[in-house]
Amino acid sequence: MVNPTKSYRNTFIILAVVLLLIFILNISLGSVYIPLKQLFLAFMNGEVEKESWKSIALDYRLPKAITAIIVGSGLSISGLLMQTLFRNPLAGPYVLGISSGASLGVAILILGASLFGGTIASFAFSSWGHAIAASLGAFLVLSAVMLAAVKVRNTMSILIIGLMFGSLTASVISVLAYFSSANQLQQYLFWSFGSLGNLSWNEILVLLVVFLIGITFVIFIIKPLNSLLLGENYAKSMGVNVKRTRSITLISTSLLTGVITAFSGPIAFIGLAVPHLTKLLFSTSNHKILVPAVAISGAIIMLICDSIAQLPTSEYTLPINAITSLFGAPIIIWLLVRKRKTTY
Amino acid sequence: MENPQKHIIKTTNLSIGYASKKKVNTIASNLNIELGEGKLVCLLGKNGIGKSTLLRTLTKVQPALSGEIFINNNNLKTLNSLDLAKSLSLVLTEHLPESNLTVYELVALGRQPYTNWVGNLSETDLKFIDTAFEQTNTKHLINSKYYELSDGQLQKVLIARALAQNTNIIILDEPTAHLDIHHTIETFALLKKLAKDFHKTIIVSTHEINLALQLADILWLMTPSNFMADITENLIENNCLDQLFESDLISFNKTLKQFTVSNSY
Repeated sequence: MVNPTKSYRNTFIILAVVLLLIFILNISLGSVYIPLKQLFLAFMNGEVEKESWKSIALDYRLPKAITAIIVGSGLSISGLLMQTLFRNPLAGPYVLGISSGASLGVAILILGASLFGGTIASFAFSSWGHAIAASLGAFLVLSAVMLAAVKVRNTMSILIIGLMFGSLTASVISVLAYFSSANQLQQYLFWSFGSLGNLSWNEILVLLVVFLIGITFVIFIIKPLNSLLLGENYAKSMGVNVKRTRSITLISTSLLTGVITAFSGPIAFIGLAVPHLTKLLFSTSNHKILVPAVAISGAIIMLICDSIAQLPTSEYTLPINAITSLFGAPIIIWLLVRKRKTTY
Repeated sequence: MENPQKHIIKTTNLSIGYASKKKVNTIASNLNIELGEGKLVCLLGKNGIGKSTLLRTLTKVQPALSGEIFINNNNLKTLNSLDLAKSLSLVLTEHLPESNLTVYELVALGRQPYTNWVGNLSETDLKFIDTAFEQTNTKHLINSKYYELSDGQLQKVLIARALAQNTNIIILDEPTAHLDIHHTIETFALLKKLAKDFHKTIIVSTHEINLALQLADILWLMTPSNFMADITENLIENNCLDQLFESDLISFNKTLKQFTVSNSY
């Protein structure tokens, strides 16, 4: 008998092509439209009709598009990991309060900087400072939610616990905000709106390095994640070290969510919605397929959301969170309303 | 005479139960079990007597209070989880989490102890999976999603998964709890066949006493005071089955070889 596990090569090729097209489209669209031919010339370092086009494409839109890809992929993979680990189709970095944890880390750093004094304050505004603080915050909340999940098996209860952690961190942040200066407050507020732009190449490098470390961890737990699809007891009976798998998931999710939140602010719903859409498209639960598929889909959807947010041909840019929520929240409602024997 | 080397499962002075800092709750003690190859064992006892605790202890899900357990002559304490997974597979009652797994993928997961680090299936793996489908007669289901199956089909597929794991011991926790009488008998017949024809040692906890009396090679009876393990005839001969339920409502009829409702209600 031939192995009847489906081959998904064609779907992957299509997705990759779509990603490339959206990537180019994302760079060419915006307040100023850059024709594709000119864009191509700009990339090839050729003669572009307007010098401003070249700088817009290379210095502003290209880093933003790369950020969108990393943010979309990373958050979506985090969501996938949580959905498998919590055996919960509604888990995700945002709904479980992990993004709030990362926010708390950044808030303490930005708003509390004056309390710490000179050297730490300067560290606080460095990109590594943000990344580390956010990852630690994410790690803290995720550990707490996991501890709760060991005791509480009910799907909805875990979500509510995540929600409560979100409220808790929000209240701590508002206390911090009360005692901080207008300048710090403004800085934090802008960060919390979420934004994919304004990252220097240096910051993108930090983002990319941590992203790759997180992904590397994920690759090594693909097999145990598959056995967790049958539940922890079956996984154990097949020789899986469940504790170690849980720890690695904890670390990689904290790193991914942490570093992404540090640089782009808390981005809503991508981590929850993208894995569902991908599972619908691929109709599989095999993580060997899902991890790359979710990464590509996440990148595509984030690029689309960003293209919409920059409102082509207008001067205005919408907060990226408004768009991702607009896209993600209905998906959750649909998931809850649709009562079938299985949920994706 | 049985060769002592042939013991698939052996326990010496085993005590099972739950230990916390405050107190030790012993459920059964002094269990000395010796079990050979190719036996179908039915574990009987009323609700809450500790059947699951015994199975959980034998499968290393929870530690023994005292005593030793040997699986294929290896001490369970020193056996690592991967080696245990190659000797012993499980069929559990719990609901599977929601997922998109197909029947083939579900059964293929049984090969996890043998596959490489990303779980790629080798030729050998494919062969074992194929055999598992043949033995359980479930080949026609391979492309279905597991959640589309009836309870009876799902039970067979879960047994196929255990078979794909290629262990000489299979332990099932109340596999027929949700099944109608036809599928219950079918499941037991399958287990009997696996023990007899494929030399699997199979332990089933069950409430299907009358079926167990007819099909099991060995019965394990758990009562509040006692643990008895023997072939069915001996247990009937020694009036052991009457101790199973301390109730006036139900009694064991030796001539019919089954439990009947007493007239005294």
